[in-house]
Amino acid sequence: MDLLRFTTAGSVDDGKSTLIGRLLYDSKSIFEDQLEAIKESSRKKGDENMNLALLTDGLKAEREQGITIDVAYRYFATPKRKFIIADTPGHIQYTRNMVTGASTANLAIVLIDARKGVIEQTKRHSFIANLLRIQHVVVAVNKMDLVDYSQDVYDKIIADYKSFASRLDNIVDIRPIPISALNGDNIVNRSENMPWYEGASLLYHLENVYVGGDENHVQARFPVQWVIRPQSDKFHDFRGFAGRVSGGVFKPGDAVRIMPSGFSTTIDKIYQDKKELAEAFAPQSVVMTLNDEIDISRGDMLVKDNNAPHLGQDIEAMICWFSTVNLNPRSKFVIRHTTREAKAIVSELRYKMDINTLRKNEDVSSLTLNEIGRVKLHTASPLFYDSYNKNRHTGSFILIDPGTNETVAAGMIL
Amino acid sequence: MFDYNLSHLDQLEAEAIFILRETAAQFENPGLLFSAGKDSIVMAHISRKAFYPARIPFPLVHVDTGHNFPETIEFRDAYADKIGARLYVGMVQDSIDQGTAVEETGPNASRNKLQTVTLLETIEEQQYDAVLGGGRRDEEKARAKERFFSHRNDFGEWDPKNQRPELWNLFNGRKQPGEHFRIFPLSNFTEMDVWMYMHQEGIELPSLYYAHERETVTRNGVILAVSEFVQPREGELVETKVIRFRTMGDATITGAVESSANTMEKIIEEVAAARQTERGNRADDKRSETAMEDRKKEGYF
Repeated sequence: MDLLRFTTAGSVDDGKSTLIGRLLYDSKSIFEDQLEAIKESSRKKGDENMNLALLTDGLKAEREQGITIDVAYRYFATPKRKFIIADTPGHIQYTRNMVTGASTANLAIVLIDARKGVIEQTKRHSFIANLLRIQHVVVAVNKMDLVDYSQDVYDKIIADYKSFASRLDNIVDIRPIPISALNGDNIVNRSENMPWYEGASLLYHLENVYVGGDENHVQARFPVQWVIRPQSDKFHDFRGFAGRVSGGVFKPGDAVRIMPSGFSTTIDKIYQDKKELAEAFAPQSVVMTLNDEIDISRGDMLVKDNNAPHLGQDIEAMICWFSTVNLNPRSKFVIRHTTREAKAIVSELRYKMDINTLRKNEDVSSLTLNEIGRVKLHTASPLFYDSYNKNRHTGSFILIDPGTNETVAAGMIL
Repeated sequence: MFDYNLSHLDQLEAEAIFILRETAAQFENPGLLFSAGKDSIVMAHISRKAFYPARIPFPLVHVDTGHNFPETIEFRDAYADKIGARLYVGMVQDSIDQGTAVEETGPNASRNKLQTVTLLETIEEQQYDAVLGGGRRDEEKARAKERFFSHRNDFGEWDPKNQRPELWNLFNGRKQPGEHFRIFPLSNFTEMDVWMYMHQEGIELPSLYYAHERETVTRNGVILAVSEFVQPREGELVETKVIRFRTMGDATITGAVESSANTMEKIIEEVAAARQTERGNRADDKRSETAMEDRKKEGYF
């Protein structure tokens, strides 16, 4: 069984909660006591029907206000796959939650209300999916029952969507599916109400979409996380470098270069607990031993000569701003990138994106909460990085305000 | 092209190992909460793997209510010994004796809430700046929104509406003096994943998890084992049943399920068919709809 992480974004009335509730319910992931609790609190609020949104709205404030304010993680499994849903609110003021949810997802479900067609929110979700390099998008045209299961309505919406999405380069796989989450049309089984639709049901697609190619298995990257020195009699001279493979494939005997020192050596052994591995690849957590004694510490990176990452202190990136305190040029931060930390300054703010129209605004002096813009950063010590489009692990970073310790921005290196 | 796919259990393990190592690297003095419950046993097991061949670079910490089953305590001590880990035990009784915790009275009194006091006292006294726990997001609706690295202010409180965004594999453990973090490496496991993982790894569990015969009473619809902490009340019938426990809490509040599952394979079959969440028979969660969120805000795990 493998794992698929996907994200959904939407507001209460486009049927997102119903869709998630349906997936959990049909895969038998909702337990009786949870159902009882939901029925009970629906009843208390005076809802006659069981309100499945109560299953996803976990915090007291959310339940009181009937809104979703944070990313919630949901789990279900079929015999084929385990699924992790990052369920995020869809309103523009929650862009930071959408970005967070999208950062670890392989696939995004973009929900469209068949009565409304492609609206601003649809574009916003798709833009964020593209920005965070989610390669697989399901365009779920929901509430087909309310448009008489009309193929014409559906075809027009999909044509509109595709014409807009042609500008989104990272999305390589768009899968349109007409559904009714409420009635279960094309969710688990193919709907009899839409014989004109010849594709797979949503669940079938989620179970079978190939996402194995999302990791970079070409460019070898191993950020050192922790140095293991047992200092016991049995392992007296053992020095192992622990970390998670962030790209490429490493094998015992491979020549590797250490960044930033530039020294070269070869891999002696690769361990996973007591087991010796013949190769290691992303996203495995392993321990490597090397054939030469070289000073290596947390934040260093093992790479291969023929395809080393960029090394530099000036970085161009897109960032999403998370703080209620505005970003001003010349602000100073701590940047966290792979297992490395450095001081950083935003040396230039080039433009901000209007994520509804996809227009760039170059007449800009700051970024406010939930805004996305392009910046130039200067770091106090060099980072070893790739463009985010080549590698999500070595192309991403966060900015931390050194005064409050808050995470104030997420960045994607260009 | 080679097929570089990992099974879901291997991916979850790799993620947990990454987080355990980040904890060791980003904090000066972490502790691993260890109750001898299955989730904490999985935590200790993965920690051992994460740092092998070195020892786990942090102690096991148990907040002992004094109301545990004896099997639990025996298992705890033997396990710490086996993996060569330090064990620190904070006693709820000590907090009661010092007057910092007041024992609940009344028919449904439990020491569950008092654990928070002792936990916070232990964190302060031992100066832990990060406390690792086996909490999972599928357990409860407030937990579904909690971060891997969950910040606590200097009163140990959680502010669910003001959590730091957590993206990719980048974890921000920076804090002011006096603050600490609760860290949950198993966040993305489900109950089923934990069982499948334990089966895959051949992990040993306390005998209480497996079906056995025991004297019980049924109180408010919950099957409780008769013990020195739970005595039958007037009108309650003592029945001998074949039961097992799905979680390992205090003897006073941990409900059993009737079951004949006496091997891990049988338990997995039972979990797969289960229609009740494992916390469904914990009296502490039944107190109100947001019982867990309220306790977590105060510093509970």
